[in-house]
Amino acid sequence: MVETGTDVVEKEIVVRAPRGKVWRALTDSREFGKWFQAEMQDPFVAGARARGRILYPGYEHLTFEVQVERMEPEHLFSWRWHPYAIDPQQDYSQEPTTLVVFELEEIPEGTRIRVRESGFDLIPLARRAEAFRMNSQGWAEQVQNIARHVGQTE
Amino acid sequence: MWARRSSRAAAAAPEDAAPVFAALGDPTRLRLVGRLSREGPLSISRLSDGAGVSRQAVSKHLRVLAGAGLARGTRLGREQRWQLEAAPLDEARRSLERIAQRWDEALGRLQAAVEGD
Repeated sequence: MVETGTDVVEKEIVVRAPRGKVWRALTDSREFGKWFQAEMQDPFVAGARARGRILYPGYEHLTFEVQVERMEPEHLFSWRWHPYAIDPQQDYSQEPTTLVVFELEEIPEGTRIRVRESGFDLIPLARRAEAFRMNSQGWAEQVQNIARHVGQTE
Repeated sequence: MWARRSSRAAAAAPEDAAPVFAALGDPTRLRLVGRLSREGPLSISRLSDGAGVSRQAVSKHLRVLAGAGLARGTRLGREQRWQLEAAPLDEARRSLERIAQRWDEALGRLQAAVEGD
């Protein structure tokens, strides 16, 4: 079977913090908003929608909206959202969503956080290309941030 | 700054979306893509060898791939030779890399938040 390499993004990081604290940072929507750069209106509740406003530079005019799927305390947190919903004029509600899953694991050094976003192959290619083009200008500025954060990982 | 209408106008309209991923969602077509990427360009008869399906079926699958902008056939004398169009897949991979970098950034901020105090 040929792997297209286009459906899934997987990342992990080890943090020197107890699992309970990481769980709160992920699932308390106000704490979540601080690092995800969103101002949340709603708490995260399994099966419910949570909305907020994106504070990420360049995206401040956008609404952040997720459909929470599972919340298994200190272990698993998952939601669905529209990954390329960057045009406020566009109605994305009928388009397929991607699934974001956070998993926490207690390890001697602290907590391993794994994030997996899947389902990109169902998103129309034109949408992905459009998002890529629309973002490429702002992207240069982000490169330095990324280098810094990658330097922090493991 | 990035949400300029002009850049949107330059982007492909959604109704023109190449159904790349639907085209790849078939084991025979995925195998054809794999063979074309390793050995292409190839004729239909070469592609039919070991494909486990008829020449007609291979031909039909190639037309689906072509319709999605993933492959193209070029006539060479009496026979048509098929090769991959790499651009759509590359574009999909690039957009995924960008998403991956976003997650790196977000996880870095999460780390700073939980280790910070």
